[in-house]
Amino acid sequence: MQMTKIVRTTADLFYPFCLTFGLYVVLHGHLSPGGGFQGGAVMATGIALLLVSRHYADITRYIRKNAMSLCEAVGLLMFIVLGLSGLVLGGSFLQNHLAGSGSWLFGSTVGPGPDPGTLATSGTVALLNLAVGIEVFGGLSIILLYMLSGLEEDTP
Amino acid sequence: MSAFLIIQAFILLGLLVTAILVISFRDLLSAAIAFAAFSLLLALEFYLLQAPDVAIAEAGIGAGLTTAIFIIAIRGTNRYEEKE
Repeated sequence: MQMTKIVRTTADLFYPFCLTFGLYVVLHGHLSPGGGFQGGAVMATGIALLLVSRHYADITRYIRKNAMSLCEAVGLLMFIVLGLSGLVLGGSFLQNHLAGSGSWLFGSTVGPGPDPGTLATSGTVALLNLAVGIEVFGGLSIILLYMLSGLEEDTP
Repeated sequence: MSAFLIIQAFILLGLLVTAILVISFRDLLSAAIAFAAFSLLLALEFYLLQAPDVAIAEAGIGAGLTTAIFIIAIRGTNRYEEKE
């Protein structure tokens, strides 16, 4: 069963906005509500729009199980490597050794007074959020892909 | 303050209505969509109770992904509930 043209066009129109908003939630995780898990779930919703509206054989040309599996593995590996880099460079596991260091990568110092900071002041927290976002995106997408691949439909 | 309470009363009423619709629909696709509306109202209620973090998670997981999984499951089985 394939959905109607209205559903397919709407899904095609909306999924880039879903992915962009999810990435926004992930990258602003240390400043605003949300974070890795919530942003990854929003990004996976964009993939779910595409998956629901089309045939499995149609969609696997663009979204593959291997790529999503790779996303999941890369997110987990990135989180572990960041934690261990805190152990090596800072002294304890997940130590935020980048914060306030003046490094170009999320290391800007925060001014005095009640200052919530900017995008670049978080240290490793933004990178950890990004790792969790990639992990959740891959994991939830692969759940949907396996769910869809179990259907016995006539191929187009 | 009273406007806040009125909005909250409407949302809770909507939650009740959509929950009754979910269990009374014979068409399972309609029930899935009613469940998505229930999740969306619940996310709005979480936001009004000043938990925007939970609201984003509820809107993403409840209204988005769970509905997609239900729709995929309905595609694999029957759309209409059978009479006992």
